[in-house]
Amino acid sequence: MSQATQDSVREDGVIASVSGPVVTARGLDARMNDVVYVGDEGLMGEVIEIEGDITTIQVYEETSGVGPGEPVESTGEPLTVDLGPGMMDAIYDGVQRPLDVLEEKMNSAFLDRGVDAPGIDLEKKWEFEPTVSVGDEVASGDVVGTVPETVTIEHKVMVPPDFEGGEVVAIEDGEFSVTETVAELDNGEEITMHQEWPVRQARPAAEKKTPREPLVSGQRILDGLFPIAKGGTAAIPGPFGSGKTVTQHQLAKWADADIVVYVGCGERGNEMTEVIEDFPELDDPKTGNPLMARTCLIANTSNMPVAARESCIYTGITIAEYYRDMGYDVALMADSTSRWAEAMREISSRLEEMPGEEGYPAYLAARLSEFYERAGYFTTVNGEEGSVSVIGAVSPPGGDFSEPVTQNTLRIVKTFWALDADLAERRHFPAINWNESYSLYQEQLDPWFVENVEDDWAEERQWAVDVLDEENELQEIVQLVGKDALPEDQQLTLEIARYLREAYLQQNAFHPTDTYCSPEKTYGILTAIHAFNDEAFKALEAGVPVEEIQAIEAAPRLNRIGVQEDWEAYIEDLKAEITEQLRELY
Amino acid sequence: MKEYQTITEISGPLVFAEVDEPIGYDEIVEIETPQGETKRGQVLESSEGLVAIQVFEGTTGIDRNASVRFLGETLKMPVTEDLLGRVLDGSGQPIDGGPEIVPDERRDIVGAAINPYSREYPEEFIQTGVSAIDGMNTLVRGQKLPIFSASGLPHNNLALQIARQATVPEDEDSGEESEFAVVFGAMGITQEEANEFMEDFERTGALERSVVFTNLADDPAVERTVTPRLALTTAEYLAFDKDYHVLVILTDMTNYCEALREIGAAREEVPGRRGYPGYMYTDLAQLYERAGRIEGREGSVTQIPILTMPGDDDTHPIPDLTGYITEGQIYIDRDLNSQGIRPPINPLPSLSRLMDDGIGEGLTREDHADVSDQMYAAYAEGEDLRDLVNIVGREALSERDNKYLDFAERFEAEFVNQGFDTDRSIEDTLDIGWDLLSMLPKSELNRIDEELIEDYYREDAESVEAEA
Repeated sequence: MSQATQDSVREDGVIASVSGPVVTARGLDARMNDVVYVGDEGLMGEVIEIEGDITTIQVYEETSGVGPGEPVESTGEPLTVDLGPGMMDAIYDGVQRPLDVLEEKMNSAFLDRGVDAPGIDLEKKWEFEPTVSVGDEVASGDVVGTVPETVTIEHKVMVPPDFEGGEVVAIEDGEFSVTETVAELDNGEEITMHQEWPVRQARPAAEKKTPREPLVSGQRILDGLFPIAKGGTAAIPGPFGSGKTVTQHQLAKWADADIVVYVGCGERGNEMTEVIEDFPELDDPKTGNPLMARTCLIANTSNMPVAARESCIYTGITIAEYYRDMGYDVALMADSTSRWAEAMREISSRLEEMPGEEGYPAYLAARLSEFYERAGYFTTVNGEEGSVSVIGAVSPPGGDFSEPVTQNTLRIVKTFWALDADLAERRHFPAINWNESYSLYQEQLDPWFVENVEDDWAEERQWAVDVLDEENELQEIVQLVGKDALPEDQQLTLEIARYLREAYLQQNAFHPTDTYCSPEKTYGILTAIHAFNDEAFKALEAGVPVEEIQAIEAAPRLNRIGVQEDWEAYIEDLKAEITEQLRELY
Repeated sequence: MKEYQTITEISGPLVFAEVDEPIGYDEIVEIETPQGETKRGQVLESSEGLVAIQVFEGTTGIDRNASVRFLGETLKMPVTEDLLGRVLDGSGQPIDGGPEIVPDERRDIVGAAINPYSREYPEEFIQTGVSAIDGMNTLVRGQKLPIFSASGLPHNNLALQIARQATVPEDEDSGEESEFAVVFGAMGITQEEANEFMEDFERTGALERSVVFTNLADDPAVERTVTPRLALTTAEYLAFDKDYHVLVILTDMTNYCEALREIGAAREEVPGRRGYPGYMYTDLAQLYERAGRIEGREGSVTQIPILTMPGDDDTHPIPDLTGYITEGQIYIDRDLNSQGIRPPINPLPSLSRLMDDGIGEGLTREDHADVSDQMYAAYAEGEDLRDLVNIVGREALSERDNKYLDFAERFEAEFVNQGFDTDRSIEDTLDIGWDLLSMLPKSELNRIDEELIEDYYREDAESVEAEA
């Protein structure tokens, strides 16, 4: 968290009451959303209500033992994040305190209170390379130089959005810490590599555009049936155990974004540890460098203070916007937005606000839409193109999608990946229900797939959807009369649909090869099943009984395409064999 | 320490008192009734001049003349290695007639959150000797895996079986298996249930390596909010300071949540779902997240909380919120129980999230993941077909379908049904798995690696079955 500067002297107050994370103070002179330090230990908090002389504060740390009469000190600044090189490969709590630094400072594996640390290392020297020279005009948002932040990411040092800009009068390459001036302008403005930005305010951009490029995820069911665009929004709702977190992890690993910001909001500690341990060892499919080199983690686990959980979503999106301004495609995963909403509910109920639906505050819908609206494909202030895609997990109580968080989210997002407990129970993973899910980006992304993968991408997809729809209808009949009572062609359709489910929709996230599937391979598997379909129906028409078609030896090998590294040859071979074996039958 | 006789309001478990000095939030309070009885409580809300106190032992007997003492510190648990073998009540006082406990240290029971950066990812296989768990929903050291049960089901027997049998197969060199220290936290269970646990602990000698906290059904409800915290504070001390591998069993979490609701209602808070407080998720997380491993420390805390689902309904807030926090869940199934399957674990809705990293070559056996996957799929298919059989009869089904039906039956009768006293090694469990899977033709085993099928598939399985 940022060491806020004290421009104006504001009056400090004293604590009037304490109830969990909500503290009231008397005599405090502060503005709404200002950061304050509470009590003798200086616990960090934020002003959330002002009523006469009484200021209500939500505290980001445990308040045990804090009592009335202790001092409250105002910083006169809203909650901000530190922006600059050093955010990649970092792990923060909900108010951007680096957890590795906290461990060192607290000298304990447990999180203590009252310890603050800046979000980026203020001492570390970075290799600065100017991209403008003395005499050049720069405006706010313009890039003045670059810093190699990690092996993957070139950090662009920009004129802060609140600077006026002007002519560069001094700039030099060399090693600098983030607080040292790297460039001076003729109006006296000094540019450092360090910016601060209030988290609850979106960073400015020139224009928001219609996204036309997919965020390729390497997951067949997502890329193939329900794609999300770069700059798009998606929701993954599902009951516990249906695979929200695994899906989010898969996206964080394989999505073809330049930068990934992963927000673990009120979830399990061990899950974050898994990310911390796994990511440095995995290679980014795009660059071959460690995944961690493009990842920023924000971990506010379920047992960490609830107020910091409320702010961690904002911390994440602000960091994402900052990299977007450099012209990067950023993907933000928020797991889970329900925990964020619950944090709002908890604070709201401590404030004794009039509750809306199911105890959630009435402003829930507004907060959700405000957050998702910060996603998009933008022309940045400096004329570059960058995007922020937001993928939010939702954890509906009892798996019931009619609850307020799911419903309010669905009104905003354009991609809906519905996770299904039934599928998860039979270990069909990813357990995304293909009947309920949708993507409104399909049409605007099809041209990209046609151009980059294959001409009949959309037609093949439609074929798969039709077969799956038909299966869905036939299953209702099968439930009543059994499969053998169906006419032979319908039995064959069921067989084809089974392969679509098992070979195409299912994907093993824990298999080293199957975990990532390129769009070409996704298309390849689909056409292999389609080819089997065509040959099988030809055989059926020629009078071959359906049992014999089902029994051919080659067909089950369709299920193994996913795990093949050399899938192109495997598919060619398999297609030929299927054709041969089927034709032998007539 | 100042004494006040300034109680202004008594309502349910809450007492409000006027004070003229600042009192810290969460501070411990002693209230002495005019009869000379001392009750303990905790500050729930502190403002200038007035504090709200939650009384652990119930407010019976307190009147406006009772005196209130603020102890100036938050609730602490005296911890020492000597606690092993001791039986304490729900607020941490010894009730086994043993010697006074001399603490090494007094620890705050709220317990700070483990820094996610300092955690070590759990991946050491725990062999519980229960096939449905080891084979299908493997438990690892540092995991929190609750048992979802309901009234009238033998969840206690299963918990005891796990406590008795759980070991971690160690390196072959030392040839030793390490045992667990057990911390047992009972909240609102009946005396009879408590006896059952105690007798089993004594019979098997497990008591020596156990610390038992008992809050019984007739003990004050509010005390239940403290009991699991005392238990977990003790567990953390034993694990992270004294290098024990600790297994924490908490039963029954439903009673704990009821106590939370009671306090919430007394404070006139805005309720969340079904009257439970809106902060129940956070509150439960503060308990469940106190499991895990820490980098550079020997010990570990593994949690098995037990909860009874009201009306067998897993969408009820208690199991629902629990499932969102814990790393999986084990379902006890009423139908299986009435069929006489022991332990009646239903593997289909059960799940262990940490399984994938704790199994496989070098940890359990190379075929573990594939076998488990395939059995899930096959059992799910068999279960589906059962509905159909009820309508059309077995004769109307194809040979393939009949095989799946047979599989489902033998799966329950042989794999799951092992009794509460059988301790199966992981090899036995997986071998039984192969016995069953070999009933199906090889081509149906599409989730198992072809090489593994070659190595393990029993060609003679069908003939063996036919002879039998």
